[in-house]
Amino acid sequence: MSTNQAKKPRKNALVLFIHKLGSPPWFYNFTGKLIPWLWLLFGVLAAWGLYLGLVRAPADYLQGESFRIMYIHVPAAWMSMMIYGLMAVMGFIALVWRIRTMEILAMSSAPIGAAFTLAALISGSLWGRPTWGTYWVWDARLTSELVLLFLYFGVMSLYAAFDEPRKAARAAALLALVGLINLPIIHFSVNWWNTLHQPSSIGVTGSTIHPSMLWPLLIMAVATKFYYAANLLTRARLMLLEQDFRKSWARDAINGVAAPTTHGEPD
Amino acid sequence: MLTVSQLSFERFFQPVFVPLDFRLDPGSLLLVTGVNGCGKTTLIRLLAGILTPTSGSIQSAANGRAYVGHMLAIKDDLTVLENACFMQQFLGPGSRSVNEVIRIVGLRAVAGQLARTLSAGQRKRCALARLLFSAASLWLLDEPYSNLDDEGIQLVDTLMQEHLGQGGACVLATHGRHRPPMENSAEIRLQAGCTQS
Amino acid sequence: MTTIAGMADVAHSASLSRAFFALLRRDLLLAFRRRSELLFPVIFVLVVVSLFPLGIGPGPALLARIAPGVVWIAALLATVVALDNLFRSDFEDGTLEQFVISGHPLALIALAKTLAHWLVAGLPLVLMSPLLALWMNLPTRAVGVMAASLALATPILSFIGAIGAGLTISLRRGGQLLSLLVFPLYIPVLIIATAAIMAAVDGLPHGAFLGLLLAGLLTSVTLAPFATAAALKISLS
Repeated sequence: MSTNQAKKPRKNALVLFIHKLGSPPWFYNFTGKLIPWLWLLFGVLAAWGLYLGLVRAPADYLQGESFRIMYIHVPAAWMSMMIYGLMAVMGFIALVWRIRTMEILAMSSAPIGAAFTLAALISGSLWGRPTWGTYWVWDARLTSELVLLFLYFGVMSLYAAFDEPRKAARAAALLALVGLINLPIIHFSVNWWNTLHQPSSIGVTGSTIHPSMLWPLLIMAVATKFYYAANLLTRARLMLLEQDFRKSWARDAINGVAAPTTHGEPD
Repeated sequence: MLTVSQLSFERFFQPVFVPLDFRLDPGSLLLVTGVNGCGKTTLIRLLAGILTPTSGSIQSAANGRAYVGHMLAIKDDLTVLENACFMQQFLGPGSRSVNEVIRIVGLRAVAGQLARTLSAGQRKRCALARLLFSAASLWLLDEPYSNLDDEGIQLVDTLMQEHLGQGGACVLATHGRHRPPMENSAEIRLQAGCTQS
Repeated sequence: MTTIAGMADVAHSASLSRAFFALLRRDLLLAFRRRSELLFPVIFVLVVVSLFPLGIGPGPALLARIAPGVVWIAALLATVVALDNLFRSDFEDGTLEQFVISGHPLALIALAKTLAHWLVAGLPLVLMSPLLALWMNLPTRAVGVMAASLALATPILSFIGAIGAGLTISLRRGGQLLSLLVFPLYIPVLIIATAAIMAAVDGLPHGAFLGLLLAGLLTSVTLAPFATAAALKISLS
């Protein structure tokens, strides 16, 4: 590994960055500085987005006030899919290059993604009550979210089933990758199944959306991304500390000593 | 045949043994000894390519590897002959016929019996047949003497001697007292890994 | 030089195909040595399918309506129940380690084992499907399509399931987890296969659905063994 690095110095900034992320003390220190800003950005954006969405945006012509659930439901649904994709990509990197921090990032993503999926499902069925008159309809989007939740459960329970954490992470990452390849197929087949069995499908969102309704949605979409980043890094840091608690850098970190940057200085 | 440098393997974030450096030349035997739980089996499995090192490297110039471990990889529902036939077909056509190998490992009398009816020592002999079918130049033996009678121990030593004589190499892990009577043999005592601090 | 390399290649592929067929033959032989286990998937599907008329009522129209789904869900369950045995004995007696060391591509070994598994656990379902169709009062014109959908798509279940079996093989309660891992991945197969049968029941064209299943079969046969090999490698570490 180290000889390889010496042979081809800084070929690619991204590769270099990934290598640096691979060093636990560097990752711990770097994310320690980053996380407070991420939480702050999330807080400000979420407050702003919710204020605009829940207070300032006008009530919907057709759905009345209930459409405001959209500001939770839609960003949560977007995040649930994005996180699954990211988890699988990070899992792929972890599998191919055996980078431990990537394993940790991929596995820390799973519960966050599952929580967003659950939020999308619950908000979706609450939204369904005033819209469809029932809490659950086998609508294509809700069904897809449900399957996605099962996929998350699979990854999480496989990860939990192994004793050895690194073996667990590799197995779960492989499953996430297989799931990612299947996800588009599942998505399209569920959509198609829906049109097959319910010719007159009930649309949830209107075809056009007023800018005063759209802006809060976009702000919330950005805010949830900061939430994901902050939550992910917080979890990953803790998991790293837990795994490395016997190593000197981790003990220093726990005791409040600044960890020495042994793995190359930042350039 | 093998060059191992700074080899270490971690389980639960702890090294299983102290990092290893060694070389294995053609025609020589490496004995791996040490107390229970010092990582002998882990080392053999690393050399076999079943495990991937956490750090360090294994450079191999071996032409294939053959492995006999704790788990014998014999099918209880097949006869000795069927087990041997599968080994031969799967490992490729060696220089020896199935009947010859069964005779060498001393199982001719039970060749038609299901493997489940064999004693522990006979099962071990059946697993040793794998070495004779394989054309591999590196043999990895994990406790090959266990369950074997004196004659069986003699068999393992003879097979190894022949293999080394043909330019092969052998890594043998054992916690027993028996030492194979080889001239060019080295020994490493594994020490269980300690926490680095 | 090229001829020597070419000859080496020929010899190599000959040894690969010999290993492949040796493994296939061994697995089939082992399966026939345990005939009681051989019948298990068939009996399982018969029992599961017979539960539906008992639970829902014997109305012929209703049974015909739910027949495609019932038969396919039974096939899904039977596949997953049988899958746990796919690699387990080879894992527990060390044969899997020997496969890794042999130097043969692990994906090829996964392919041979999955194929043997389907011949033992999947093919009987295909052959038995006319009987199930009869039980479930499926119109005769759809019986062939049901058999075709099972023939094309139960191998997909085996090949995708093999990945899950490879991942859970080193776990004590692997079999229970396996169903959670693979059922979501089976959803497209379930949707398309039942759609094909329903189209046949309604007298609509169904060739496109069977074509999709064929495409899925070819994709899963070519890709899944590699994922299975990676899974087995992880489980052995």
